[in-house]
Amino acid sequence: MTAKNKKRATRIATILGLAYLLPNLLGFLVFTAGPVIFSFGASLTNWNIMNSPPLEFVGFRNYQQVGQSSQFWTFFINTVYFMAFIPVGIAGSLVVALLLDSRLRGMTLFRTLLYLPSFTAGVAIMIMWKGLYNPDHGLINACLRGVFDLFSLPFQGPGWLQSTQNLMGLHPEKIAFAVKDIGLGAREALVFMGFWAGLGGGNMLLYLAALTNMPDELIEAASLDGAGRWAVFRHVKWPQLAPTTFFIVIMSVIGGFQGGVDSAQVMTGGGPAGTTTTLAYHIFRKSFVEYQFGYASAVAWVLFAIVFAFSGLLWKFGNKETNY
Amino acid sequence: MKGSIAKGAFVYTALVGLAIMSLVPFFWMLFTSLKPLSEVESGSFLPKDWRPGNFQEVFAQIRFGRYYLNSIFVASWVTYLTCLTSALAAYSFTRLEWKSRDFLFRVYLATRMIPGVVTQIPGFAIIVNLGMLDTYAALIVPSAFTAFGVFLLRQVMLGVPKALDEAARIDGANSWQILWEIVLPLSRSGIITLAIFSFMGNYGSLIGPLIMLKSDGLRTLPVGLTFFDSKYGSQTNLLMAASVMSIIPPLILFIVGQKHLVKGIQLGAVKG
Repeated sequence: MTAKNKKRATRIATILGLAYLLPNLLGFLVFTAGPVIFSFGASLTNWNIMNSPPLEFVGFRNYQQVGQSSQFWTFFINTVYFMAFIPVGIAGSLVVALLLDSRLRGMTLFRTLLYLPSFTAGVAIMIMWKGLYNPDHGLINACLRGVFDLFSLPFQGPGWLQSTQNLMGLHPEKIAFAVKDIGLGAREALVFMGFWAGLGGGNMLLYLAALTNMPDELIEAASLDGAGRWAVFRHVKWPQLAPTTFFIVIMSVIGGFQGGVDSAQVMTGGGPAGTTTTLAYHIFRKSFVEYQFGYASAVAWVLFAIVFAFSGLLWKFGNKETNY
Repeated sequence: MKGSIAKGAFVYTALVGLAIMSLVPFFWMLFTSLKPLSEVESGSFLPKDWRPGNFQEVFAQIRFGRYYLNSIFVASWVTYLTCLTSALAAYSFTRLEWKSRDFLFRVYLATRMIPGVVTQIPGFAIIVNLGMLDTYAALIVPSAFTAFGVFLLRQVMLGVPKALDEAARIDGANSWQILWEIVLPLSRSGIITLAIFSFMGNYGSLIGPLIMLKSDGLRTLPVGLTFFDSKYGSQTNLLMAASVMSIIPPLILFIVGQKHLVKGIQLGAVKG
């Protein structure tokens, strides 16, 4: 083949390759890649479509405002508060996976039943939980009341979605702690709903797949050497699960920073007193309730930077942990 | 032997407990949806006075049937387009050799880290400028090109042996025929998985439709339910009836597609 022909063949191959990619690429450029660049540009302006002042380039002023805004830091803390429960959720999924990996009869049925909450999750399920948490006629306080009555204890049910109390006693508006703020409020309500939905969900299935694929010989060898169940888990299974755990942690952290929009919109409106407003919900409201497009874009980029930094750290730290 | 019986008892007890916790909320919702409002507050688990008429009452109060159809219509279109464009792209990324292919794939990969909130405002502005605000297209078009679908199907197609298309090529098949007659049929299970995920994701999506729609007649179920809840939130029984009805399609999909779902979650997790 002559050099000219070869060049022509490469060009034809490129055109063909791009032609197959084109429908997706076009959409990708218009609705993903383009908007990313556009969004950064927007964050440097005073763009606001409601009381539109003349569109102006304001440099990094929006970013300065984000840093100085006490609201931003409150909502950052809210987001971190929710994320503090991620390890508990992951551990729960691992326990369920270990139970299902027992290879006893009927495990497929249990897997199906436990996966159901995560598959049906959505607005309908959130409305269901709103009903369950209702302090007066919801199922949860009814059950709690039943237990208290059994022991003839006086019952004052948690306010759940209507309460600003939380397990750490965080004050709703400022960064302070008080005993009277300790309790079960809206934040815990959302966390528990998350546990219910997530326990048998995707993370559990990932752990279960990793456990199922683990070579039996390893575990048998360890058992023959007299290792107990805990020792087998700690020294054989857990190290082997490290890549799965790493993947789940990274995805949960990325998802955690961006979470809380739907549940806030449907169940709490971000309240009471802003306690369930996460950063992502804050951005949504700044964008589509207040229409401060420039400022909201800046907050979105700050969030992006936080996600980027955290996943970078995890990557560095986690990869070290993964190589035993 | 004694140890394994104890272990079995422990495993079953724990799993039965967890299964009950998973299912009780669903039954509470179902039974509440069948109660008259006066009984909702009395707190008994089963209705004394069964009211299946609550379900009809939902249709009388809001355009529930319309929301239902809108949701299914939008989700079906997105699913169809996503599968089509993702399959073509994944084929290009796995089977065709061309310049800057791997570079472009890395660009796709990189965008996976970007939070959705970053593209939300520009996405809205684009829809406004295309004149698609408050139309079905505003819900369908932006969702039809996910990078996620490309990853998933790329992963699937990498698993289809290349020897098969070499053989077909020798028999004179062109790349289009190889795609439709060899690669796609062998990626069937992956495509079904993508279809289920993409249908579910769009059937349940709230924020997109909330931003893009104004007319009541275009509302999808999640938006319609939220609206019903904020306007008539005290009718717990009717709200539960509406919620029960809206999880029926996912339930059917769940029963039919279970096998594919379990496999698909593992596929989606493989590092690109």
